Amino acid sequence: MSKTYYTEDHEWLTVDGGVATVGITEYAQEQLGDIVFVEAAEVGKQIKKGDTAVVVESVKAASDVYAPVDGEIVEANDALSSDPALVNSAATGNGWLWKMKLADEGQLIGLMDEAAYKTHIG
Amino acid sequence: MTDISARDLPLKDIHLAAGAKFGPFAGWNMPLTYPAGVMKEHLHTREHVGLFDISHMKLFVVSGSGAAAMLAKACPIDAAAMPIRQSKLSFFLNDNAGIMDDLIITRLGDERFMVVANAGNAVADEAHLRAVSANFNVVLEPLDRVFIAIQGPEAAAVLADAGIDTGGLVFMNGFEPRANWFMSRSGYTGEDGFEIGLPEADARALVEKLVTDERAQWIGLAARDSLRLEAGLCLHGNDIDASTNPVNAALLWAIPKELRETGTFIGADALRAAIAAGATEKRVGLKPEGRQPVRGGAPLVDDDGNSVGRVTSGGFGPSATHPVAMGYVRADLAKPGAAKLFAEVRGSRIPVEVAPLPFTQHRYFKG
Repeated sequence: MSKTYYTEDHEWLTVDGGVATVGITEYAQEQLGDIVFVEAAEVGKQIKKGDTAVVVESVKAASDVYAPVDGEIVEANDALSSDPALVNSAATGNGWLWKMKLADEGQLIGLMDEAAYKTHIG
Repeated sequence: MTDISARDLPLKDIHLAAGAKFGPFAGWNMPLTYPAGVMKEHLHTREHVGLFDISHMKLFVVSGSGAAAMLAKACPIDAAAMPIRQSKLSFFLNDNAGIMDDLIITRLGDERFMVVANAGNAVADEAHLRAVSANFNVVLEPLDRVFIAIQGPEAAAVLADAGIDTGGLVFMNGFEPRANWFMSRSGYTGEDGFEIGLPEADARALVEKLVTDERAQWIGLAARDSLRLEAGLCLHGNDIDASTNPVNAALLWAIPKELRETGTFIGADALRAAIAAGATEKRVGLKPEGRQPVRGGAPLVDDDGNSVGRVTSGGFGPSATHPVAMGYVRADLAKPGAAKLFAEVRGSRIPVEVAPLPFTQHRYFKG
């Protein structure tokens, strides 16, 4: 299992061969509540850290999910189009949101590890 | 997520113990969801019974020999003709016939009425009622009550099993079952149900009893919103406000025909003018194509991108199992199938259909 990185905006990512898989944390899915729609990530799109990569819609509201690092989106999680609730039931597993090819692996250094993230959410 | 400037509900401790997440609404810290989550809470209400703490809403007793006449001035309602126990939806209109608030008015006695007002408008409503009352022999009494809604197909059974006498009420009827209690068979979900206003100590005893019944569970404001939206019911501040009149809002049904023609209530002349001119736009149900919800504030455009209206409330309908919304469209487009419309969401266009309201059939108990 590769190391998991976390952001202050409650995203997680794991990196394998220069490609990061990105999702939202358990904490984030709990805060959002029942997810009913995920606007699919746009494959081929170049995004910068902080850009909106995906929008998740709960019953009540729409929430942006930001790119944690710079890179190119290489895959969207197609399973979410028929089962968006995977983001709730498997936030850190099958409910991942997109994969991106990292532009600069050095950006990972600025992210939190699990212990730091746990402190962050209190 | 607690807003320190907002007021707490008297039963806050009970909601905390039930695991509620709170958020601000209309100046109150309200339970938004409980651990079951909005989807399950919504479906539980449609299948069994939901308990809602709606103590943010304001109850006023209007009494005195001029009570009916005062209400007939303040609202487009024939209060003097209402049978005792009847409840009616009505409005405070401004001089342009704009809807300052929507209210439920119940006749409790010959010279005694209950007015239930929205939380966000409670202060303005009280000032308005006081101003109108100056010319009438009435006493206006704002009440300090816990207000609990018990909603769902098993609501009557749950109350009966808890030993609460519902007095043979049918939909849109209300009475005072005992001193300082008010009970009506009404609600904001489209389901059968009751709303009970009562002193805090009595409320604690009542909800303690109700939650021991597994058919009943606490439901937060998030599901209250999805339930009322599926039921096609307006949220003041979103779907109706001081800039919308009952003609455009498709709420003329709540104003008796004779009053539309001859009434002397505040806003009567403007309402007559609006009726004569016809609706310029109309409130309608909107069904987005696909799974993506459209939210209040989204512009509506036609095939060529011309503005034709706006979404005023939108979300996902757990019982409808698709996104649901309501909004205003140009009057000539306000029929199902009249035109292809699109909601603009984050730069893309989502096709929406004008749809009949409600999205889920009302299941009121009419006797």
